[in-house]
Amino acid sequence: MRHTLAVLVENNPGVLARVAGLFSRRGFNIDSLAVGRTENPDVSRMTIVVEGDDRILEQVTKQLHKLIDVIKISDISPEEYVDRELVIIKVHSDPARRGEIMQVADIFRARIVDLGRKTITLECTGNNGKINAFEESLRPYGIKELVRTGKIAMLRGLRFTSVNGQKDDD
Amino acid sequence: MEMTVAQALIRCLEMEGVEVIFGYPGGAILPVYDALCKMGSIKHILARHEQGAVHAADAYSRVTGHVGVVMATSGPGATNLVTGIANAYMDSVPLVVITGQVPTSQVGTDAFQEVDITGITLPITKHNYLVKDAGKLPTVVKNAFHIASTGRPGPVLIDLPRDVATETIKLDYPDSVSLRGYKPTYKGHPTKVKEAAQMMMKAERPVIYAGGGILNSGATGELLELAEMLSAPVTNTLMGLSSFPGDHPLFLGMLGLHGTRYANLAVTKCDLLIALGARFDDRVTSKISSFAPDAGVVHVDIDPAEIGKNVQVHVPIVGDVRQVLQALLPNINKKDRSEWLEQIQNWKEQYPMGYARDGMLKPQAVIEAICRHTRGEAVVATDVGQHQMWVAQFYRFKHPGKLISSGGLGTMGFGLPATVGAQVGRPDSLVVLITGDGSLQMTLQELATVVEQKLPIKIFVLNNNCLGMVRQLQEFYCERRYIATEFSFVPDFVTMAKAYGIAGYTIKSHSELDRLLPEILSNPDAVMVNCLVDPQENVSPMVMAGQGIDQAIDC
Repeated sequence: MRHTLAVLVENNPGVLARVAGLFSRRGFNIDSLAVGRTENPDVSRMTIVVEGDDRILEQVTKQLHKLIDVIKISDISPEEYVDRELVIIKVHSDPARRGEIMQVADIFRARIVDLGRKTITLECTGNNGKINAFEESLRPYGIKELVRTGKIAMLRGLRFTSVNGQKDDD
Repeated sequence: MEMTVAQALIRCLEMEGVEVIFGYPGGAILPVYDALCKMGSIKHILARHEQGAVHAADAYSRVTGHVGVVMATSGPGATNLVTGIANAYMDSVPLVVITGQVPTSQVGTDAFQEVDITGITLPITKHNYLVKDAGKLPTVVKNAFHIASTGRPGPVLIDLPRDVATETIKLDYPDSVSLRGYKPTYKGHPTKVKEAAQMMMKAERPVIYAGGGILNSGATGELLELAEMLSAPVTNTLMGLSSFPGDHPLFLGMLGLHGTRYANLAVTKCDLLIALGARFDDRVTSKISSFAPDAGVVHVDIDPAEIGKNVQVHVPIVGDVRQVLQALLPNINKKDRSEWLEQIQNWKEQYPMGYARDGMLKPQAVIEAICRHTRGEAVVATDVGQHQMWVAQFYRFKHPGKLISSGGLGTMGFGLPATVGAQVGRPDSLVVLITGDGSLQMTLQELATVVEQKLPIKIFVLNNNCLGMVRQLQEFYCERRYIATEFSFVPDFVTMAKAYGIAGYTIKSHSELDRLLPEILSNPDAVMVNCLVDPQENVSPMVMAGQGIDQAIDC
């Protein structure tokens, strides 16, 4: 089963290496990892998607907790949450096929961010399934380059995950 | 008060109550050594190799209960510490490791003697710091000592670039730490403690499986009380040895791969396994599915990650073993379990620990004789291999904290430097090293430290001219194809001792052993005893890989 973990960490140098190193040396599989600052500049938030049964998840959580720089871990998978990923895709495009590609972009509510002589670059946000479908739809045109951010996620409604309140009601 | 960071570091160590630093100097750590020299408040023990320094600091910590402090320079100085740091990490020993680093302007340029030691030690430290900001040094030191010594103890490394060390700061040593991501749990959950007590009262065949956590938390008194109240036999892990009196009728000795048959049988047949400060290591459990197969498991450990890691636990209690037992004991009533104890007694009689006392000098006999002549009260350091298992099997420790051995990492070469730290920490105790000819040669250079520091260590080399444990593995797993385990040259340890100005003895027979031991043990200086033991002797019993611990074979 896939679990989405929201991990709050001290924004110290090396914290990403500590977390990533822990996953590799303990043999846990990371599906994706996205990291960035939060509303508090001292704190970064990692969204980690990890594959494994409950026992593995328990070990992942406990081992992460042992890292001094890890402040809080929440498994948000059982809750209602919003998740998004951003993809930028550069596809091969002769001027003749541009219209077709722009139609695909419309369907997925993607945006064209660059146009070359023989390429077109699009950005799209959405959940994992939508991004996968978007990628598949563009594959027949010839994908030159593709970059995905990995998933970020947040609980819905009044519930929140922060340093001071883990999944608390506001 | 304004001072250099190096001086501030030494001041901080003083304020942490550090009395001794083990170390080895070099270029990048020069400012710190200079400060140490100028301030003159902390004793420095110069090892002959950084690995020696870190093992000594490790053993010093084990015998004193204080945080061990070790210092080395950048690059090779730092990498030479790595084995010792890993050793301390595996055995949960609190260390603060200070390494010099090249100046910040050169960090990342592959400078002379530069190595990314914080990167290298990431998986073998509890935490580590690269101090780039001079002003943060006091907080870093405060945090390092706090992290190393609280919760599940472990090593913390501080990497200090040379230019930072010479910057001037105003020292303001913090009184407390503020680490929002680090809050160890000491008190067990009351509901779980009650549940555990109920299980203990209900059980018919309980066994207490006690590890190093008992010694770390100082719970030996509580352990004894619990065992006697429950009439429950106690088995120790290697790290737990000496936490329960070796001559107590409820004592089963060590369990696991080379454990006693009665300990392994008791665990296999028990209906409740009470794991206290132990981590179900593979050398203890062997085949997991056959380990205590019919038992409920109560697991008390300060490290939540150890609970449920290897075996399924019925009552998990995260907390300090001592505090948990103190909360638990009032819920326990005296219980008579004569039937179970009778069964245990039968096993003890049926499968006694022993060896054939014929012909050549037997290594086990050397250990039994040392135990007899020291009344089980010596501080015994070991290396790793057959001799280590024989110490575990045949030295009956009377008092807690007297076995200094590399458990988790199994570091050959740990023993000799460990005696340095043990004797420095316990100057009035008799410190004995029981080692093998293989292990001793790994860190032999520390003999110079022993002499220089005038440490009256008694070194017993169980000399069998080979790497006995690996040779034993080759006998059983490789159809006696012996490769790289038999030495065609072993130095004459007695002549070598003479070169260091140490008295040397050679013991070849059981009669010499008993005749010479009183003289050896009462020598006021260091002594080297070369015991020429039967090279064919194996550690027995032994559980073959993949077998249940009740399936041990004699060898």
